[in-house]
Amino acid sequence: MDKRLSARDAVAQIEDGMTVGIGGWGPRRKPMALVREILRSDVKDLTVVAYGGADVGMLCAAGKVKKLVFAFVSLDFIPLEPYFRQARQSGSIEVMEIDEGMMLLGLRAAAWGLPFIPTAVGLGTDIIKQNPDIKLVDSPYDDKEWVAMPALNLDVSLIHVDRADFRGVCQISGPDHYLDDWFARAAKTTIVSCDELVDTTFFADPARAREVFWERAATSAIVEIPGGAHPTSCNPLYGFDVAHFKAYNASAKDGGIESYLNTYLGADEAEYQRNVGGLDAIRALALPTY
Amino acid sequence: MSTVATDYTLAELCIVAAAEAFRHDGEVLATGIGVIPRLAASLAMKTFNPDLMMTDSEAFLLSEPNPLGKRPADFQQANETWMGFSRIFDNVWSGKRHAMLGPTQIDRFGQTNTSALGGTYQQPKVMMLGARGFPGNSICHANSFFVPGHNTRVFMDGECDFVSSIGYNPARLPRGRSLDDVDIRRVVTNLCVMDFGGPNHQIRLLSLHPGVTVEEVQENTAYPIAVPAEVPTTPAPTVEQLAIIAALDPHNQRAAQIADNPPGIRA
Repeated sequence: MDKRLSARDAVAQIEDGMTVGIGGWGPRRKPMALVREILRSDVKDLTVVAYGGADVGMLCAAGKVKKLVFAFVSLDFIPLEPYFRQARQSGSIEVMEIDEGMMLLGLRAAAWGLPFIPTAVGLGTDIIKQNPDIKLVDSPYDDKEWVAMPALNLDVSLIHVDRADFRGVCQISGPDHYLDDWFARAAKTTIVSCDELVDTTFFADPARAREVFWERAATSAIVEIPGGAHPTSCNPLYGFDVAHFKAYNASAKDGGIESYLNTYLGADEAEYQRNVGGLDAIRALALPTY
Repeated sequence: MSTVATDYTLAELCIVAAAEAFRHDGEVLATGIGVIPRLAASLAMKTFNPDLMMTDSEAFLLSEPNPLGKRPADFQQANETWMGFSRIFDNVWSGKRHAMLGPTQIDRFGQTNTSALGGTYQQPKVMMLGARGFPGNSICHANSFFVPGHNTRVFMDGECDFVSSIGYNPARLPRGRSLDDVDIRRVVTNLCVMDFGGPNHQIRLLSLHPGVTVEEVQENTAYPIAVPAEVPTTPAPTVEQLAIIAALDPHNQRAAQIADNPPGIRA
C-alpha cells in the first residue's frame, strides 16, 4: 500500500472538532510543516493533545484550538510559550491539564482499547480538582483510591520522523522517540512527515530496523517534507532554530501572530522555507547541548 | 583530608548544601532541574554517593555526570543505558528517583505550584509551565526543592494557587494513604536549609547560611517555621568540593543563578 500524500491532502483529513495528537516534545522533533498546513486551512475547534511547544502556541494563537490537553507548553530555552500564555490568560481555550505521565497512560489506554488506566499520579493535586471528568475509583484489590486516567482517543496524530518508506515504516534515529509510538497507536489516522523518503531496503540493516518504534499498520499517511520539523529540532539532522524562536517569541509582544505568519508562513512549505533562509540553512542548525 | 574553603559564593554554598539531600539515597536516579540542583546531584554522585544514577538531560543514563554547557568537540559522555522520556516514567513510577526542582510557590503543606498564578483557573493572571511531571513525582518518589530567592511570594500565605504536587495537607490526603507516604526531603534556599520534619510535618529550619538570622528567614516566609533550640550554620564547601564544582561547571553558569552572585559569607 502506497501511503504517500501531499501535506495538503494529508491534513485535509482533519475535520472541524476533531481530536488531534501532536508528537515530539517542547521544541524537539515536532511535525511543524503539518502544523503549518493546519494554519493554512479553514479547520477549527480542534482538541489538541501534546507535550507542547510552538505547535500548541501557534494553533492557539491562530484560533484553531477549542480545547487543549497538556502537561506543559514550553520552548525549553524560552521556558514560557508566549502564545499559549496569551490563550490561557485571555481564557480563550478550554483545558485538561494533566501530568506528563498521565498523558502517556491516556495514550496507552487509547492504544490498547481500554476505558482508563489506574494510577496514583494526580492524587492530592489540583489535576483532580480541576478535571471533573477524571474520576477516582476503588480498587478491587486494596482499600486505596486510584485515579482512573481516561483513554485519550485521538482522531488524528501528527508526527515527524527522520526517514520513512512509502508503506509507512518510520525511522527515528535521534536519541529519543519521545512518546511518538503511543501517539501513533492512539489515533485512528496517523499522518507522518519525514525528512527523507527511503527505499524499503533501507531498513534491512538491523540497526536501522531497531530505530523503528511502531509497525507500519499504525501509520496512515506519509508526507515527504525535508526540514519539516523547523523551527524545532530533528536530531541528528538539525538542531532547533534559536534565532527563529526568539523572533517568534518577540512577535507575541510586537505585532502578534498575524505579523509572524505574514512574515514566514507562505502559501506552502517551499515558500515558508524561502522565508526562513532555505533548507540548507535549516540543515546547518547546530544540535543543542543539554 | 578535606580543607574547608574560606572564599566561596552563595551559589556554591547552596550546591554543597543541596548535594547533602542525595547523600543517603543509595541507588536512585538523581534528577536536578536547573543549574544548582543539577550541580548538587552531580557533586553528590562524584563524591559521597557514587551509586546515584544520572541522565544527560536528554536520553541516556551516564556513569559519570556531564559538565554543564558546551563541551569540547572530542568530548565523549559516559553512556550507561538509554533513558528516553517514555522510560523515565517507568523509573518515576518505580519510586527509584529523587528529584530536586524549583517551584514558583511552596505552601505550608509543602504543596507546590508550577502552573498558574492569580485570576481564575479558566483565566489565570499569569500562566506558567503547567503541572509538568510534578503530580507523578510527588506521589511516587522523594523530592527536594531549591529556591534562589527566598521570599513570601514563594513561601506564600494560604494554599498554592494551583497545587501541582501533593504535600502534607490532611484535607487532600487520598483515601487509604498516609501523610508519611509523601516524601519531601530538603528545601535549600539562598538563606537557609529546611525540611518538613517539624511537628505534624511543619516546615523546620535545619541550618542558616553564614550571616543569616532566624528572624530574616521567618520574615521572608509567610507561615511559621519550626525553629530548633540550636540552629547550626550551613557547612562551608571544602576546597576539594569547589574544585569538583568548577570542573562540572566550566562556563560558570552557577554565577548567574542567585541575584548579584553574592559571596557565601556576607560582607
